[in-house]
Amino acid sequence: MTKTFRRKLDLKAGRVDMSHGAGGRAMAELISSIFKDAFGNELLEQGNDQASFPTPVGGRMVMTTDGYVVSPIFFPGGDIGSLAVHGTVNDLAMAGAKPLYLSASYIIEEGFPLGDLKRIADSMGAAAKAAGVMIVTGDTKVVERGKADGVFISTAGVGVVPEGLALSGDQARPGDKVIVSGSMGDHGVAIMSSRENLTFETEILSDSAALNGLVEAMVAAAGPHLRLMRDPTRGGLAATLNELAHQSAVGFRIIEDRIPIKRQVAAACELLGLDPLNVANEGKLVAVVAAEAAEALVEAMRSHPLGTDAAIIGEAVEDDQHFVQMTTGFGGGRIVDWLAGEQLPRIC
Amino acid sequence: MKYVDEYRDGDKARDLAAVIAAEVHPDRSYAFMEFCGGHTHAISRYGIEDLLPKNVRMIHGPGCPVCVLPIGRIDDAIRLAKRSEVTLCTYADLMRVPASGGLSLMKAKAAGSDIRMVYSSLDAIRIAETNPDRQVVFFAIGFETTTPPTAVALKTAEAKGLKNFSIYCNHVLTPVAMRAILEMPPTPDEPPIAIEGFVGPSHVSAIIGMDPYRVFARDYHKPVVISGFEPLDVMYSILMLVRQVNEQRAEVENQYIRAVKTEGNRVAIDLCDEVFELRDSFEWRGLGAVPKSALKLRDAYAFYDAEKRFAVETQPAEDNPACECGAILRGQKKPADCRLFGTVCTPETPTGACMVSSEGACAAHWTYGRFRTRQTDAGLRRSA
Repeated sequence: MTKTFRRKLDLKAGRVDMSHGAGGRAMAELISSIFKDAFGNELLEQGNDQASFPTPVGGRMVMTTDGYVVSPIFFPGGDIGSLAVHGTVNDLAMAGAKPLYLSASYIIEEGFPLGDLKRIADSMGAAAKAAGVMIVTGDTKVVERGKADGVFISTAGVGVVPEGLALSGDQARPGDKVIVSGSMGDHGVAIMSSRENLTFETEILSDSAALNGLVEAMVAAAGPHLRLMRDPTRGGLAATLNELAHQSAVGFRIIEDRIPIKRQVAAACELLGLDPLNVANEGKLVAVVAAEAAEALVEAMRSHPLGTDAAIIGEAVEDDQHFVQMTTGFGGGRIVDWLAGEQLPRIC
Repeated sequence: MKYVDEYRDGDKARDLAAVIAAEVHPDRSYAFMEFCGGHTHAISRYGIEDLLPKNVRMIHGPGCPVCVLPIGRIDDAIRLAKRSEVTLCTYADLMRVPASGGLSLMKAKAAGSDIRMVYSSLDAIRIAETNPDRQVVFFAIGFETTTPPTAVALKTAEAKGLKNFSIYCNHVLTPVAMRAILEMPPTPDEPPIAIEGFVGPSHVSAIIGMDPYRVFARDYHKPVVISGFEPLDVMYSILMLVRQVNEQRAEVENQYIRAVKTEGNRVAIDLCDEVFELRDSFEWRGLGAVPKSALKLRDAYAFYDAEKRFAVETQPAEDNPACECGAILRGQKKPADCRLFGTVCTPETPTGACMVSSEGACAAHWTYGRFRTRQTDAGLRRSA
């Protein structure tokens, strides 16, 4: 890791601030300095959103876990329950795995309406059914009023990896093509538009969706040519490409005009001073694939309902500083960087 | 997006770049200052530098309200926020500005102070209304563009009879700062600034009009072009400056005719005159104390003045001596000239304010343009 990526935390007097949860460099630094140091093992060290490992009885499994603290808990296009399924299913699917089983752990604030809890659980059940996974174990905790905000959900998931597939964030090579599965920024803008302190109305729905079906089609189309996949959640496409550049020790060059962004999302971002490339997605993926398989892969993605707007947006290049560079629609060049600090807290 | 995309059109940009390239004299160089951080941001974000001839240099000016606010004023805000009865409302940009003692508003918030990020001065009014037992202080910063909204907030508070609302006023003035830059004496280790013209901020002129800039054309023979913030606006304004220089003219021209009127916005000007008056002097990061360069609340509105309500006395605070924000804000140095740039000073751990705001010259270069100084960066990292 370069020095600019990793910084020392002040463990004596420092405190956690909101930037440590924002998915940017500050969070990467927190994970490096505190969690990796404490837990250190070779699987964690891979730095993926899931761990992939051989099982004692043969074959490979993946495992992942995620906490959901989204505010508001009901938002246009989804709720905390469906999101808690989609996010975890997607983290498994990004390793090329077939997601199988999920756990669900609820931390509920005293006074939370039972009707809302039922609505969330039903939505969660429906999302699991649609994604073809079972929620097979769970836990329920209640904390005093004021000690949580409504409900927080944590899910873990396991899945199995088809033979011959070894997707990982460190597999991108110069010359590989970068593909996104659809429009960027929908989830973040949908959440933002429903926050009470922003009186801003759009028809934008969150893209929250389980991507395992799309991934299955992609694996069938590109097989071993597929290097890696990742879902650009917090920090958006910009954070994901920067993470991947560092993990794979390459640079990326992307072309702004090729990145699908909905007009309403672009307009909302314009008004709010956000860059859609920094805004979270919950139903999109970034894939890096060998150049020779890229066109066929995009074709296959476009025939899946969750990949109709799939596009090749650029390629991996040699770059010892791991820059993500973009040719702007205007014709100039610029870096696409991690966002510093907090953009939208509690987006997922 | 209608009325936006038209001004970001790549084909038109290439056409305009060709016109600029054809009109600049190859045997001389051109140096213009874009005063405003919004323009700096646009230039970096859209890669405008790549479209300009090599002999046209853009100098990034001090027009970033977050960047020019001295540390002492942030310290004041933190002291206010630490008071148990105070809720401090601030624009998000200010949260991470480094203050004395390794503090920032964000760290003060993590340590328990009640600090809220707002998008508008009226959000602060709403917070005051819904929290009658809290003293809500609005941390007002910005140039002439954000001054009228602060005045509106004050008048709204007055009309609603809100007793728990006050303003910590840090509004500053564009033309005064421009003059300070032109009047600045060169120092032994910093070259004089050879600014040949200014790209002027159109949102400021939407309020104050064009007349306050006439002095630069008349007394300093510096052309000023009031420019919009879309990339084609900026490029066209640069072309207008090139033409003035080539024709040895010095005039105040308006590129942003779709919103800026010569006389500005009379209603906004009158409202600000009613509420604010000039401070005798105000400390600017990079420029030092500049007489009559900032606003405070008039005595008639002293009730709403947080400096009076909480007896704020700003203590001077030293910048990090290695930080080049001052020279960068004056246009005498470029971000990559600072040895902290990209080593200890990055947007995550900013040392100077130019690295904090997205409109700051250092943040813009780091976030969008540092691939251009790749060698320098690598050299700096190796030596650090």
